[in-house]
Amino acid sequence: MVDATHGAVDVIPPAEVPEVELYHPHSWWTKYVFSQDAKVIAIQYSGTAIAIGMVALVLSWLMRLQLGFPGTFDFITPEAYYQFITMHGMIMVIYLLTALFLGGFGNYLIPLMVGARDMAFPYVNMLSYWIYLVAVLVLVASFFAPGGPTGAGWTLYPPQAILGGTPGGQQAGIILMLVSLILFIIGFTMGGLNYVVTVLQGRTRGMTLMRLPLTVWGIFTATVMALLAFPALFVASVMMLFDRVLGTSFFMPALVEMGEQLSYGGGSPILFQHLFWFFGHPEVYIVALPAFGIVSDLISTHARKNIFGYRMMVWAIIIIGALSFIVWAHHMYVSGMHPYFGFFFATTTLIIAVPTAIKVYNWVLTLWRGDIHLTLPMLFALAFIVTFVNGGLTGLFLGNVVVDVPLSDTMFVVAHFHMVMGVAPIMVIFGAIYHWYPKITGRMMNEAMGQFHFWITFVGAYAIFFPMHYVGLVGVPRRYPEIGEPAFITAPVENLNAFISVAALVVGFAQLVFLFNLIWSIWYGREAGGNPWRATTLEWQTSETPPPHGNFGKELPIVYRWAYDYSVPGAKEDFIAQNDPGTGKTATGLA
Amino acid sequence: MAETTLTNTTGIGPRPDGLRGIASDWSSDQRAFKNVSWGKAMMWIFLLSDTFIFGCFLLAYMTARMSTVVPWPNASEVFSLHIGGVSVPLLLIAIMTFVLISSSGTMAMAVMQGYRRNRKMSAILMLVTAALGATFVGMQAFEWTKLISEGVRPWGNPWGAEQFGATFFMITGFHGTHVTIGVIFLLIVARKVWRGDYDVGERGFFTSRRGNYESVEIMGLYWHFVDLVWVFIFAFFYLW
Repeated sequence: MVDATHGAVDVIPPAEVPEVELYHPHSWWTKYVFSQDAKVIAIQYSGTAIAIGMVALVLSWLMRLQLGFPGTFDFITPEAYYQFITMHGMIMVIYLLTALFLGGFGNYLIPLMVGARDMAFPYVNMLSYWIYLVAVLVLVASFFAPGGPTGAGWTLYPPQAILGGTPGGQQAGIILMLVSLILFIIGFTMGGLNYVVTVLQGRTRGMTLMRLPLTVWGIFTATVMALLAFPALFVASVMMLFDRVLGTSFFMPALVEMGEQLSYGGGSPILFQHLFWFFGHPEVYIVALPAFGIVSDLISTHARKNIFGYRMMVWAIIIIGALSFIVWAHHMYVSGMHPYFGFFFATTTLIIAVPTAIKVYNWVLTLWRGDIHLTLPMLFALAFIVTFVNGGLTGLFLGNVVVDVPLSDTMFVVAHFHMVMGVAPIMVIFGAIYHWYPKITGRMMNEAMGQFHFWITFVGAYAIFFPMHYVGLVGVPRRYPEIGEPAFITAPVENLNAFISVAALVVGFAQLVFLFNLIWSIWYGREAGGNPWRATTLEWQTSETPPPHGNFGKELPIVYRWAYDYSVPGAKEDFIAQNDPGTGKTATGLA
Repeated sequence: MAETTLTNTTGIGPRPDGLRGIASDWSSDQRAFKNVSWGKAMMWIFLLSDTFIFGCFLLAYMTARMSTVVPWPNASEVFSLHIGGVSVPLLLIAIMTFVLISSSGTMAMAVMQGYRRNRKMSAILMLVTAALGATFVGMQAFEWTKLISEGVRPWGNPWGAEQFGATFFMITGFHGTHVTIGVIFLLIVARKVWRGDYDVGERGFFTSRRGNYESVEIMGLYWHFVDLVWVFIFAFFYLW
């Protein structure tokens, strides 16, 4: 450890500011329900996100039933199928992944990992969750509204999104969807400001930016991106809401519907696509960057080896975050654009592969000759690497205009984005839950159930999405509830579709085992102790497990080293905690 | 907020100047911006996010205006007032802009008086700021009324492209909402300053955090931002 940022330093600067007074709850309500403690808010966020995620899971089963066995299920009408698609996509991307990574893991891990007592503004943080909950309830309400939820596709492209031919377009569905999105963004902004301020301004003594665990770097960068990208979705939602409710024509060109000239005119549907994807592409990395960060920590901890190229990992996260703001139009190649723009956006898209590849190489090099423990978090981390590489490579195909145009409306795209931003981040979420569960509850999750869950999920994910690439290449279009019997669809493709559907059902049911494990282990799991994984980061060094209100005991920890001192030659144990001063090192300003 | 200032400077030693100083602050522990409190950092980051919202609104407006094939209403006619039989272009907007920019001045003075612990003066200046802000919103309501009475609607107007009314009401409305929220918070902060809450460290009603006179400055950041946004709206709607 020659590098100055890694090794323990001699002088730890004194505390710059006095400790903040914490809000102490007085009643059961303020302790467990309207709690201002980031850890409770994290669990509330996670619970809500997983609950609404289950709804989206069931929707995906229904879609697969229709696709695998067309014509068998009468209740899945084409309209219902579009509603399932729309709600599945929107829930998974925004209400599950974004909320779980930033609201869930962000809230739990940021204060603990940077050595803070809580978020900077606990009250605002609490509001963030409750507004998120209202957003989810508004979204769920659309299932019960007349006409059902919107069936516009998760991208909500106008003009069809607010026309009568689309389910929910002229009913409450689209209105509830847009209101829910606006609420979500307001709520998220409140939380996001907290995460950013806490990371920038609320760290403990000795915790420099370049000593932050990569988990914090990932969540922090993703939050900054979200604060800059969600405004575009906010604006797009407000404008579309006005188009639908007030009859403005922001996105609506002159149209004839059912032989009748509509009162709209002069609006630009492409403008919506730009606004949507200016949010939508960074959103991919808002989901991916926390996963990158968390998986780095999982790999390093469970391979008992320092992360390879920490500085490069940090810079790669930042560069990916910055680049993701100038690639959005690669989602719009088929909308038509000047070839020079296509050239520009294809180039920037492909450049993102460089920092991403650096990260993948660094993960692999961290594993190289490491002491790999095939624990559940490690298994999921490995699964993340393969699924992510898989999805990333097809991303290189689709980033090229000439390849994207023929493939864009096929199942190939569905396979690509599910692999890269569905399966891969979900693998990290599972790994992270298995990893931090002992800290949150004090007990380990059941290993046997976990192994069962892992193998079904991992193999199943490939069973679902690998054939889907082929199905797409053959030319099966996406977003079609059924394709009939066109000449280019051969019998094996129909069989593959049925196979994919069965695999999806099996994988879905395996998640019930995970949920059972999650609840069962609270009472029956093995006692974990404070640091079962023998990890270095601050959350494992708390005085009590689960960490008490205020996270740390009387004194905040002082950080002497980076987060990756595993298997240091000559050290007593195979890890050195971040707050371990080592021999002969003393902090100035300590009594 | 107790964490506002850099209280303990012993043992820190001299800090390097210029870019080196910035680099060493960023790479140091505890806080990246050494003399910035949590509240101020949060307001700055929020304003950055809000900038993107207004930026998207204005870009959408520009797109609509540039891509429409129908003529755009002439700003100097639409926004003129008839006084004594003479049409004076942009008169109301000039007054509105003057009022709002002046309120930034009184706000800045309120911040200064707050740090000097001239509680009454600071509170009065904030009330003046709030009054100017309310005047602005009132004049905006008058302007809206005038346009609506002339037949401008979000879905159309007598003079040309229907996106004129839609973008105008949406963007000035969103800005007016910002001003209104600012006025409400100005009244709240002015009341706290007047009562001396920041001297005795009274806890906030909702947050239960103790405030201090920096709250006035943070309030000012928001207010100046809203004024700055108005300059852009003014330029893009009334001068284009």
